[in-house]
Amino acid sequence: MVRRVARALIGPGIAAVAAMAISSIALLIAGSNPIDAFQAMWQSIDSTESVVIIINKAVPFYIAGVAVAVGFKMNLFNIGSNGQFILAALIAGWAGAEVSLPAPLHVAFIFLVAIAVGGAWALIAAVLNVTRNVNVVISTIMLNYIAIGLVAFLLSEYLANDENAGLVAQTKPIPPSGQLPSLNRLVELVGFDFAPGVELYGFLPFAVLLGVAYHVLLNRSRFGYDLRLSGINPEAARSAGVNPKRMVLITLFLSGAIAGMIGLPYLIADPNFLKYGDAFPTTIGFTGLGLALLGNNSPIGIAAAALVWSTIERATQTLGPLGIPPEIGRILQGSFLLVAVIVYEVIRRRNAAAAVAAAAAATAAIRPGDPGVPAGAPA
Amino acid sequence: MTVVTTPTFENGPGAPTSVLRTHRWWPVALAVLAVAIMSITRILSGTDDLTSSGTFGAGLRTAAPIALAGLSGLIAERSGTINIGLEGMMVMGTIFAGWWGWEYGPWAALLGGIVGGMLGGLVMSLATTTFGVNHIVAGVAINILAPGIARFMASELFVGAQGGSVTSSPGNSGKMGSFTVPFLSGGDLFGWTTPDVLGWLEDRGWFLVADTAALAKGLTTGVSWDVVITIGLFFAVAYLLWHTPIGLRLRSSGERPSAADSLGVSVHRIRYLGMALSGAFAGLGGAVLVLAANRYQENQVAGRGFLGLATMIFGNWMPLGTAAGAGLFGYAQGITLRANPGDLVNALMLAAAIALAVVTVWMLVERRWQVTAWMVVFTAVTFWAFFAASEPNNQLVFVTPYVVTLLAVSIGAQRLRPPAETGIPWFKGMQ
Repeated sequence: MVRRVARALIGPGIAAVAAMAISSIALLIAGSNPIDAFQAMWQSIDSTESVVIIINKAVPFYIAGVAVAVGFKMNLFNIGSNGQFILAALIAGWAGAEVSLPAPLHVAFIFLVAIAVGGAWALIAAVLNVTRNVNVVISTIMLNYIAIGLVAFLLSEYLANDENAGLVAQTKPIPPSGQLPSLNRLVELVGFDFAPGVELYGFLPFAVLLGVAYHVLLNRSRFGYDLRLSGINPEAARSAGVNPKRMVLITLFLSGAIAGMIGLPYLIADPNFLKYGDAFPTTIGFTGLGLALLGNNSPIGIAAAALVWSTIERATQTLGPLGIPPEIGRILQGSFLLVAVIVYEVIRRRNAAAAVAAAAAATAAIRPGDPGVPAGAPA
Repeated sequence: MTVVTTPTFENGPGAPTSVLRTHRWWPVALAVLAVAIMSITRILSGTDDLTSSGTFGAGLRTAAPIALAGLSGLIAERSGTINIGLEGMMVMGTIFAGWWGWEYGPWAALLGGIVGGMLGGLVMSLATTTFGVNHIVAGVAINILAPGIARFMASELFVGAQGGSVTSSPGNSGKMGSFTVPFLSGGDLFGWTTPDVLGWLEDRGWFLVADTAALAKGLTTGVSWDVVITIGLFFAVAYLLWHTPIGLRLRSSGERPSAADSLGVSVHRIRYLGMALSGAFAGLGGAVLVLAANRYQENQVAGRGFLGLATMIFGNWMPLGTAAGAGLFGYAQGITLRANPGDLVNALMLAAAIALAVVTVWMLVERRWQVTAWMVVFTAVTFWAFFAASEPNNQLVFVTPYVVTLLAVSIGAQRLRPPAETGIPWFKGMQ
């Protein structure tokens, strides 16, 4: 167990060191002291409030990472998760504000709408791939931009709140029955008190649940086995009776459905939003691509990546007044990601080569004439 | 990868043969047909600006960065690397161009764009070629890293400078000159203003003739030097790829790297070269954007890298097709910058409907029933959109290129032929 954890941490560890080295060089060029900078970053995250904010922010990141990881596992690159996310967020936000239902049903309804819209948008790419042999990377990129146009069109023409027409285009806020309560009460039950104004948003349990579901689906189900096999060796999967078209359809739908939920933490759990509009963050889907890569598509890995990402965002926010450019966070994130994907690939290739060498050594030990081996067989 | 489009060869099994499509004059015929449709639309709708030289000129301006992105994708994929990261390389181009353009002027901006983009291309090649990282993965990483670098550089370079901020450079020092062809479009020759033949023809308003003249005039009047370079690069790349030994090596590294290797080609070195060129073109595209806006602005690229990839696919991995795609999409974007974009967008819808009707008839003649059925639907929808739209929405224009590309790859995916082994990491000793 300890060895497994240690081995899993080698890659990210190397990447983290490299990212800090690259960022330090960038800071030195910019004329700032890297040690001061990293100290300041540490200080700004070393408070309960910061930790809560980091977790709140990491939740949508996490969902975005899991959304694309499902596809990545079978080498199916849903680059268009961002389009699925914004379209689902808009329509779920609008529909959620239009209906009135009792609280649990209302939340479930919003979930359903988001999942259906996100999944349906991804399904377009899946159907085009299966019926017309269109590359998924290409079609999802195109659908991303079509979604951007469609969202702007729908919002300005049909779905915006008429009451503040002419001011900002945004949907009506979701009523309290559709919102998730904050987790502060729960945290207080275990004897932990937050400062006033600090709120742990209520979507966190759903994100944890999503991670567990992803783990079970991937590692404990027939579908997950087929998925991983299709990713490692499509030919073997086909011979084993896996229908590749069916896999593409289901996996992309799943990926899109999860991507549809990226906006929900903002829509139903963050009192600063509760509606889709101009201020809504609209690039988390893209970030999710990086997080899935950084987390190596594993549920725990993506969670760690999401936390690291939002930690860096939080840590660099307060650097400005100290004369250190807060944009160093973007360098830190980007170089961390780039080095990580390279290191993971090197480790993967080394492991594969070691496995081949081990298999070769094992077969070399068997000689013609050994029990069970025909006399004329090649050594 | 399970989703890679299986290449089907031209005239291969299952591909219906067509006289039109194999004939060498086919692109010219298509171009004439396109201008004719635009001309009919101009006369029917009465929007003269639809095919004015000014509109074509604006379209050329907006097409140039898209075309360079397409060329960037083309040379990368021809040499065997799928370059999703070219969006990020364009961003690198814009920040370097904004920086050098501000410090040293517009020509330095072009050079800066090339340097910035090439850096991005080489970093990506380090990941994909040397370490064998999946090309999509590496591209995504570059696309996340590049805007971060750009923002960091902007905060260091532009904040505090007069007129600069973290999202914008102070502005280029000086403007790039432009070029008007003498005799055709009334350019100056040694201080003498030559007659403007094309302009005279354009003013007559004759069917097809006036529109063709306007197109030619738009492409030859007041063309900024960076756009001239862009056009020149298309010829240069076509020559490089199909008429030089290095081009043969580049293409063979994308089609069959192991075969290239067996003939003594260093596939890795060639793929680095391809990515360096690809990055340079993408960065140059970013520089063209900076020159058009006269400054670096954050998010200036805004998906043009991906749009370039789309034009490359639309153009079937060929320079001429890529240029045509970029021209089409650039024109669609360019009309939104004109005086009455609403009328133009509406007229363009009519043109699209007529074009779709033509394609429908063509598919009918080729007896491709299923495609014909789809085309009937699309034609009907477009005509309906034209008649129903009282107030056309600019978003419709924004999504047009993406819808067109999606349709093109959906209908023509069987006929498109990417380089056979592009996107597959290759190492010595592999089959």
